[in-house]
Amino acid sequence: MSFVLDSKIPAGPLDQKWSKHKMDSKLINPANKRKFTILVVGSGLAGGAAAATLSELGYKVKCFCYQDSPRRAHSIAAQGGINAAKNYQNDGDSVRRLFYDTIKGGDFRSREANVHRLAEVSVNIIDQCVAQGVPFAREYGGLLDNRSFGGAQVSRTFYARGQTGQQLLIGCYQALEKEIHKGGVEMHPRTELLDLVLVDGHAKGIIVRDLVTGKVSSHAGDAVIMATGGYGNVFFLSTNAMGCNVTAAWRAARRGALFANPCYTQIHPTCIPVSGDYQSKLTLMSESLRNDGRIWVPKSKETAEKLRKKQITADQVADDDRDYFLERKYPSFGNLSPRDISSRAAKEVCDEGRGIAPTGLGVYLDFRDATKRLGESTIRSRYGNLFQMYDKIAGEDPYKQPMMIYPAVHYTMGGLWVDYNLMSNIPGLHVLGEANFSDHGANRLGASALMQGLADGYFVIPTTIANYLATQKPGSASVNDSAFKQAEEETNSRVNQLLGINGKRTVDSFHRELGLLMWDNCGMARNKEGLEENLKRIPEIREEFWQNVRIPGAGNLANMELEKAGRVADFIEFAEVMCHDALSREESCGGHFRTEHQYTEADPEVQSGFIASGEAKRHDDTFGYVAAWQYNGNDQAPTLHKEPLIFEDVHPSVRSYK
Amino acid sequence: MLNLTLKVWRQKTSQDTGSMETYDAKNIPEEASFLEMLDIVNTRIIMSGGEPIHFDHDCREGICGSCSLTINGVPHSKEKGITTCQIHMRKFKEGDTIWIEPFRARAFPVVRDLIVDRSAMDRIIAAGGYIDVRTGSAVDANSIPISKMDADSAFDAAACIGCGACIAACKNSSAMLFTAAKVSHLGHLPQGQPERDKRVLSMVRQMDAEGFGNCTNQYECEAACPKEISVDHIARMNRDFTSALIKEQLIS
Repeated sequence: MSFVLDSKIPAGPLDQKWSKHKMDSKLINPANKRKFTILVVGSGLAGGAAAATLSELGYKVKCFCYQDSPRRAHSIAAQGGINAAKNYQNDGDSVRRLFYDTIKGGDFRSREANVHRLAEVSVNIIDQCVAQGVPFAREYGGLLDNRSFGGAQVSRTFYARGQTGQQLLIGCYQALEKEIHKGGVEMHPRTELLDLVLVDGHAKGIIVRDLVTGKVSSHAGDAVIMATGGYGNVFFLSTNAMGCNVTAAWRAARRGALFANPCYTQIHPTCIPVSGDYQSKLTLMSESLRNDGRIWVPKSKETAEKLRKKQITADQVADDDRDYFLERKYPSFGNLSPRDISSRAAKEVCDEGRGIAPTGLGVYLDFRDATKRLGESTIRSRYGNLFQMYDKIAGEDPYKQPMMIYPAVHYTMGGLWVDYNLMSNIPGLHVLGEANFSDHGANRLGASALMQGLADGYFVIPTTIANYLATQKPGSASVNDSAFKQAEEETNSRVNQLLGINGKRTVDSFHRELGLLMWDNCGMARNKEGLEENLKRIPEIREEFWQNVRIPGAGNLANMELEKAGRVADFIEFAEVMCHDALSREESCGGHFRTEHQYTEADPEVQSGFIASGEAKRHDDTFGYVAAWQYNGNDQAPTLHKEPLIFEDVHPSVRSYK
Repeated sequence: MLNLTLKVWRQKTSQDTGSMETYDAKNIPEEASFLEMLDIVNTRIIMSGGEPIHFDHDCREGICGSCSLTINGVPHSKEKGITTCQIHMRKFKEGDTIWIEPFRARAFPVVRDLIVDRSAMDRIIAAGGYIDVRTGSAVDANSIPISKMDADSAFDAAACIGCGACIAACKNSSAMLFTAAKVSHLGHLPQGQPERDKRVLSMVRQMDAEGFGNCTNQYECEAACPKEISVDHIARMNRDFTSALIKEQLIS
């Protein structure tokens, strides 16, 4: 199979591309819209917004989610906020600035045109959400409040206490329920996608399993939208919900969709450290805490040792003995340095033996000075719910002792390759939100995930999907087609194969083993040796999984081990492609840090004081492309296809936050 | 490390009759969460040839509303203001016996073991729990100032995570707090006014049609709510409902 990676970026000046594209996009006659069926997989911000909006437009929509209700999608867990270039604060923000910050934050590994469109529609999102009744924070004058977030030097983040994702998702869910009630959307909760069906090379349907009855069935449509989130759970421990998985995207990849930049994973700097091997997930503490909290470790290993053994407490460490390492290394951004930079800095000090927390993998996030400056009541009103959450989990009162935090996997920038219309290389298959690769490059800025999910769902896909549908005869595919029968049979036989293994190890034990391997060798820092080790070990894990996993019970009723097993089997296959990508990308950029590629004292940029040694070193000449991987089966290495990144408007520069 | 005894509701499908089964939960780390304790027990069950205890869970940080266990007779346990997934084992004592049951209500049929079907709550929202605003038709977000007090009250009601603890805690299985929270959230905002009467009538009627009971003012719902949503919203909904009903009858 050969691919032409045509990004379909419209011609013309950057700031007019989207308007021009909307004008040039096809329209579907209102009377014809109801003849088209669109299958939406996922009901988070991207999927829910798309399903609701497409139904409002008059399309027939079927929406699927694995949770018991669309309201529970993982978008709900986002705490901090959502960016928009409203410039309500009159502090110099603009569409242009949000665009530039996002491109730079992504370490110049995203498409200019997509990112500019995202910044443009960001303003419409806020209007839409407020109209839906989303209770954003307000000032006493009744207008919307903003805060600065995650390294931005303007206040462009809208928020709803620490529950912005929840409030946005509930707004979106209500719009979806409204359309369900009107009959425009047929909702299938507790239903998991297990395969994508292609008819004459076009995505025309899906195979799903009912998670209550176990029944495997087919759904045919005129186009498929996948908004199925990220793959952070390949690491086993992450801040993702337990059910988050790569299965939908991976099943599409097995059918020929290209997987772009899988090695770009984001490690969030402020999570509660791991406490034991029974741990099932990690908990994020909102990044907004970095607005007032100061991050430090002791200057000496000896002091760190005493803190770990609880011989002394943090407040007994004198100021002179503390290393506020982010403030020291990045004086102008300090504790608000971008996520990738802050996370790596925390790892470095822990690697030096100066980490705290019993495991040595932790740094302090201290509110002592902010409390002195602002008073405890202000701190309580800003972060009360987060402090309470910390207390519940860690069993320590953060008003008295500093929080302990450590980086954890949080978001994945990679995803299925899509063009400007958000369509993958498989005609008809559209991919939205975290599941696609398009907007965040190698690193995502804080409060931009919610923005992208809603931009894709509310404002981009409703326009761009018509470009595909206009070329199609509605209702052309039927579940009676042989392609559906065959895919259904394959799915059933895979389920039966899993159930028949009856080995000696639990699904979780394989998942944990894979996750640890990925964290160690394909996590915050990667190198050739470790990645090659993974490429040797992962096939062994896969081999053993298919011979030795134990899944009790039957397939014809709710069976949570069976659900997990299917997902873990896909994670194992996917992990290999991820390591191939990380290995072939011989540079460091954003969330992808190759230890072989960093600035050293020998570099002129370091000597001039522009950048610190140890920072990520990009190689724009050789790696200024999107890496889109074609799956070739488990016995063969995947094939790399490149989409060159062309910068017409901005000049990629060294990303210095010093 | 804790050694505990679990009494767990097991029921294979919605058609089966269920029963309480006893499990030993030995060597449970105090730092583990309640659901991690169940993970540990499940691993042992699987390795000894049994089928694991099924329960709903997803985010495990108290916001998605999936987890739904009745612990020692109280939805989400007797701890105030938390969900099942936020309970840590340090709250239990060596030798404790813990009773674990699903969220029980007539409108919540058991799916398997501790998993129940809460789709009736989605249907209450679908009946009217929204502001009907077509994507793309909104005015500038700052064109309608909303007093901070109203915005904050709306937020307090909007904090509902739809877990159903209020319903499971109520002896009548009433969905009044859940429904009232949504009526109150949208009713506090200027954007919610045009549909205010229609909303409350449709939602309350759907609630009744689903088989949820009435409110008899015991406030168990507020006590069980992980987001500590106040029963004052129920009073507000009753007022809205009465006024909307009168208007409806005058018009018809």
